[in-house]
Amino acid sequence: MNIGSLFIIAVSAIFINNFVLMKFLGICPFMGVSKKLDSALGMGGAVIFVMTIASAVTWLVQRYVLDKHGLDYLQTIVFIVVIASLVQFIEMFLQKSIPDLYKALGIFLPLITTNCAILGVTIMNITEKYSFIGAVVNGLSAGIGFTLALIMMAGIREKLDLADVPSAFKGVPITFITASLMSLAFMGFSGMKIG
Amino acid sequence: MTAALVLGLLGLLLGLALAMASKAFYVEKDARIEKVEAVLPQANCGACGYAGCAAFAEAVVKGEADINGCIPGGGDTASAIAGILGKKAGKTEKKVAIVHCHGPVSEMKNKFEYQGIADCNAAMLLHGGDSDCIYGCLGYYSCIEACPFDAIDVTEKGGVRVNEEKCVGCGACIEACPKHIIELKPASKQVDVLCSSKDKGADVMKICKVGCIGCKKCEKICPVDAIKVHDQLAVIDYGLCISCGKCAEVCPTHVIHDRLASRFAEGKRTPPVISSEKCIGCTLCAKSCPVQAISGAVKEIHEIDPGKCVSCGICVDKCPKDAILWDGN
Repeated sequence: MNIGSLFIIAVSAIFINNFVLMKFLGICPFMGVSKKLDSALGMGGAVIFVMTIASAVTWLVQRYVLDKHGLDYLQTIVFIVVIASLVQFIEMFLQKSIPDLYKALGIFLPLITTNCAILGVTIMNITEKYSFIGAVVNGLSAGIGFTLALIMMAGIREKLDLADVPSAFKGVPITFITASLMSLAFMGFSGMKIG
Repeated sequence: MTAALVLGLLGLLLGLALAMASKAFYVEKDARIEKVEAVLPQANCGACGYAGCAAFAEAVVKGEADINGCIPGGGDTASAIAGILGKKAGKTEKKVAIVHCHGPVSEMKNKFEYQGIADCNAAMLLHGGDSDCIYGCLGYYSCIEACPFDAIDVTEKGGVRVNEEKCVGCGACIEACPKHIIELKPASKQVDVLCSSKDKGADVMKICKVGCIGCKKCEKICPVDAIKVHDQLAVIDYGLCISCGKCAEVCPTHVIHDRLASRFAEGKRTPPVISSEKCIGCTLCAKSCPVQAISGAVKEIHEIDPGKCVSCGICVDKCPKDAILWDGN
C-alpha cells in the first residue's frame, strides 16, 4: 500500500465520505456536544483517539481471530465488546499515565465507547478490505472528519445563539436545518475523482 | 460451538485484562475530595475561580484554594469544609451584588430606536447602546439572564435591583454587564450610590432625574469621610462606611439609597433609644459608637444624645442585653 492510496483513503474519509455529514453516523454527539467550541474540541479529540486505536485493534481481531475460525457473523458483537473494553482500558491508562490528556478528554471518552460511528469505521475497514495501515489511516481520518464537522457545527451554533431565530425554529429545529444544509454542502465533494 | 468458545474466551481475556489494568493503573483519590464536594452548594457558578464545585473541592483538599473560597456557600460551607479537613476557617463576610444605577430606563430619551437582539452586550455594540446615559443600565436584562439564583428583579421604571436575600455574591451578573455598573459589596452595608454617571451635574440633569450631580453634599455630611466625589460621582468606601444613611437624607436627587430608611415611619431614620430597664451599664455601646453620641459611667444607665447620634445602629447590634430599641432592626 503506497502513500498515494493512503492519501486517497484520508481525503475520502475526511471530506467525501464524511462520517457525520455523508454517512449519518455519530449524529448523537454531533447534535449533543456541538453547543460550545470547547466541548466540541474535547469530543473531537476523543473520537480521533478512539477511532484510530479501535481501527488497529479490531483489524487485528478480525484477521487473527474471526477469519481464522470462520466466525465472520460474530463481527458486530465481538467488535462492540472489544471497543468497549479497549476504551475502558485506555481511560484507566490515561488517568494513571497522562492525567493531563485524561482531563482534556474527560467525560467524552466513556461517552463515545458504544457510538455507532466508531463501530461503523471499524466495520468499514473490513468491508473495504483495507490493509492494517490503511485501516489505521481510515480510522484517524474518519475521526478528523468527524471533528471537522463538529467544530464547524459548534462555530455556527455559537453564532446562532445570538441570531434572531423565529420562535418556532429556536433550539433543535434550526440546528437540524443547519446540519442538513451542511450535509448538502458536503455532497459537493461526492463524485470527485482523486488520483 | 467454536462461536461460543471464541466469544467466551474473548470475554474472559478482556475481563481479566481490565481487572488487571484497574489494579495496575489504580489512581489513589483522596476520599476527602468527595466529602468536600458533598457540602458545596453544587451550583457550579464558578465564583471561586474554578471550573465547578468538583474542581474547587479538589483544589481545596490539595491546599491550592482557600477554605472560604466558596462565595455562595458562605460561612456555613467554609466551616463544614474546615471540619472535614481539620483546619480553621477564616471569617467570611457575605457579599452581595449592587447595581450602581437607578435604571430609569423607561424615562430615558433614547438616542435612537434599537431593534436588535434584546441583550445588553448586543445593544452595547451599537454606539454603546440606545440609552441617553452612556454610563447607566441599558435595560435589556443580561444580568437577569446570567443570574443562576434568580436574585435580580426589575424595578417599576425598568431598571434592575438585586434581591439581597437571594443574592449569594457569585458575580455572574458582574461578568454579564457591559456597562460595568455592578459590583460586590458587603451585605451588611445598607447605603449605596445608585448612579455611575461621571458627567457634569448640568448634563446629568438634562437626561436623568435620579443621577448623581456631584454636589458634594454627601461628602460634607458624612461623619466618617466614607463618601467622596470623584469625577462628578459620589462613591462610597464600604470599608469606612457605617451605614448611617446621612448622605441619603441630604442627597438632592435621591441617588443615594438607604435600605433601612423604609423601615421607619415617614421613611426617615430616627436615633435609637436605650431602655433604662434593661441597660446594665456595660459601656459596650459607648465604645462602639463612631460619633461618641453615647454617654454614661460604668454600671450606670447610658444615654444617647439625639443631637450627636447619626442613627447608624451599630450600638444596637453591640448591646448584649438588647436594651437599645430601634426601628431599623
